[in-house]
Amino acid sequence: MTGDSSTTPAPAEAPAVSVRGVYKVFGPKPGEAVRRLQAGSSRDEVKSLGTAAVIDASFDVAPGEIFVVMGLSGSGKSTLIRMLNGLWAPTAGDVLLGDANLAKVDGKQLRALRRSRVSMVFQHFALLPHRTVLENAAYPLEIQGVGKAERQQKAQEALDMVGLSGWADSLPSQLSGGMRQRVGLARALAADTDVLLMDEAFSALDPLIRSEMQEQLLELQEKLGKTIIFITHDLNEAMHLGDRIAVMRDGRIVQIGTSEQILSDPANDYVEKFVADVDRSRVLTASSVMQRPRVTVTIGSGPRLAAREMRDADVTSAYVVDRKRTLKGLVHAEAAVPAAREGVEKLEGLVDPDVVTVHPDTPLAELFAPAAGTSVPLAVVDDEGRLLGIVPRVTLLEAMAPGDNGNGNGDDSNGDDSPESAADSTPAEVLADGDHPTEGASA
Amino acid sequence: MIAAATDTGTFVPRIELGAWVESFISWMTDTFDPVFDAIKTFFESTYDGLAWVLSTPPFFVVALVLAALAFWARGWKLGIGTFLGFCLVAAMNQWDNAMESLALVIVASVVALVVGIPLGIWAARNEHVSRVVRPILDFMQTMPAFVYLIPTVVIFLTGPVPGIIATVIFAIAPGVRFTELGIRQVDAEVVEAGRAFGSTDRRILRQIQIPLAMPTIMAGVNQVIMLALSMVVISGMVGAGGLGDDVVAALQRVDVALGFEAGLAVVILAIFLDRVTSALADRAPVAKALKATR
Repeated sequence: MTGDSSTTPAPAEAPAVSVRGVYKVFGPKPGEAVRRLQAGSSRDEVKSLGTAAVIDASFDVAPGEIFVVMGLSGSGKSTLIRMLNGLWAPTAGDVLLGDANLAKVDGKQLRALRRSRVSMVFQHFALLPHRTVLENAAYPLEIQGVGKAERQQKAQEALDMVGLSGWADSLPSQLSGGMRQRVGLARALAADTDVLLMDEAFSALDPLIRSEMQEQLLELQEKLGKTIIFITHDLNEAMHLGDRIAVMRDGRIVQIGTSEQILSDPANDYVEKFVADVDRSRVLTASSVMQRPRVTVTIGSGPRLAAREMRDADVTSAYVVDRKRTLKGLVHAEAAVPAAREGVEKLEGLVDPDVVTVHPDTPLAELFAPAAGTSVPLAVVDDEGRLLGIVPRVTLLEAMAPGDNGNGNGDDSNGDDSPESAADSTPAEVLADGDHPTEGASA
Repeated sequence: MIAAATDTGTFVPRIELGAWVESFISWMTDTFDPVFDAIKTFFESTYDGLAWVLSTPPFFVVALVLAALAFWARGWKLGIGTFLGFCLVAAMNQWDNAMESLALVIVASVVALVVGIPLGIWAARNEHVSRVVRPILDFMQTMPAFVYLIPTVVIFLTGPVPGIIATVIFAIAPGVRFTELGIRQVDAEVVEAGRAFGSTDRRILRQIQIPLAMPTIMAGVNQVIMLALSMVVISGMVGAGGLGDDVVAALQRVDVALGFEAGLAVVILAIFLDRVTSALADRAPVAKALKATR
């Protein structure tokens, strides 16, 4: 173990937290239970030897990532997170915090690691009721041995960050649940560790406060770049916060992936059933449902080419981009065809710039309003204005339905003009039907 | 040693448990005589000193000091009540007895708490200790109180010391139990928070477990003191001094007047001790913090 690395972030390739084949068995014969599990026994088969809370967990968390572990109660997620700061010692396997292996350090080194590398936010806040908000936030610094003036100043900064500036001298019992958890968050931030463990941190809060806290956490993470491991049983929360999500069931991690991967490609029936009632409109983003525009023409080409491509693809309008694929607008058939006939050389004058654009990360929920206000599909463009894809209204509606008829695969949505035919068609037919950007383009 | 059962007419052999305990006690007396002498000297001098402090000044000075303590702990009502109550004690000619009993209670309670609270903490943190301590406490609490007086008289003869020792044994149980309970009841998540931020176990005990368990520990302190008072009266049987002597004397002589006066003095002392110690429990930082929300 080398010294404190909290000031020098690990290189991007090295994981901040690495879990390698970790088992945790509670009971009379944990070692024997692990051997049987490794040999392929099921959790129920080793019941007499002990309760297998975590079975063969392996994952890496990159620095600055929000990694969510999701599962129902009893799935082992709380045990798993407690092995990441050594509150539980793994029965087998390695837990690496940067370059330190928690499974191999002694008590003193473990305490040093907890002080310098990893802090935690608890479900029921776990504040000291007899201390003021400021003293609570300063607690980790007190343990670290920071002098009083300095720790009060740092604690105050942490309180400012979570929006509790004026509450330093209050007692936790005088605060609402949401505010108490802000103190819990401030305490973890004051510790100034790279890794932040959050154990069902928002589960005890009202839905409204919860989403407020989620936004605040995302903001803080953006600003501070902490590595966050977040435990939750709430799929919507997992999908909203997580860069990646590990789904746990009966002690095993059944799937690790981005929210979109889990939603569109569930690893098994359990995950599929789990994601069935997720609010897809908040998880799926424009980029996950968008499709390739059927026809794009570069601004340099003439109306003749545009008209022919539209005819070949059987669409009535085409997207116009420049050489860097920056979106310039639409060209409509009723403008291009006469212009081609008249021998106009350039498209420039014919381009209709009035296209509604959205960012690829926009959740579907926020696409409905713009989609309702325009008759052509939404254009998905990146920060440089390059055209990435389009989202026709029909696609939007279809993406909202859980994938019963299409394996939940986001790609099965299509740009067909008629909703009836789309609902009836198999994915192959839909693709054959063509996804032309023509919805009422004649208007 | 083991003779056939006779008067019960059963075949259960007579087990001379009592005789064994008796020979054990006399063996202890012989073997540890110097130790017991030292203990006796220590308790005697402590008790004498405290009793001297309480009974030497004029009664109203001590009554005023106790009233001031009550005022500080709870408020002016208890302060005035305390002063009037102790004036009544003095008016019943029980002042010196009451002060002797108070001294006995204080010495016995302090010893019981000095032993009991650390034992309770140890039991809360160690399952084995808890498993050993619990039945012993059950035994100590259910054994008729004055039975303790017998071996202590054998060892320490009569006077305040056997009274104090018997009182400590009788009163220690709630001190251990409430402390263990209080520490075990501390929110596991808060203790976990202490560990998660890298605190040592000792520091968690000092900064988290004891402060959070304080209201429960103080309830135990209150119980210890109340049990000590009741035992101090019983130990009047061995001439421990104080109100107990008069209560026992009144019982032997069937003296209603003396019995009532000494008994009433015990009640006044009990109310004073109970109200003040329970008020101290409310002054624990955690109790205050919880109160602030109401």
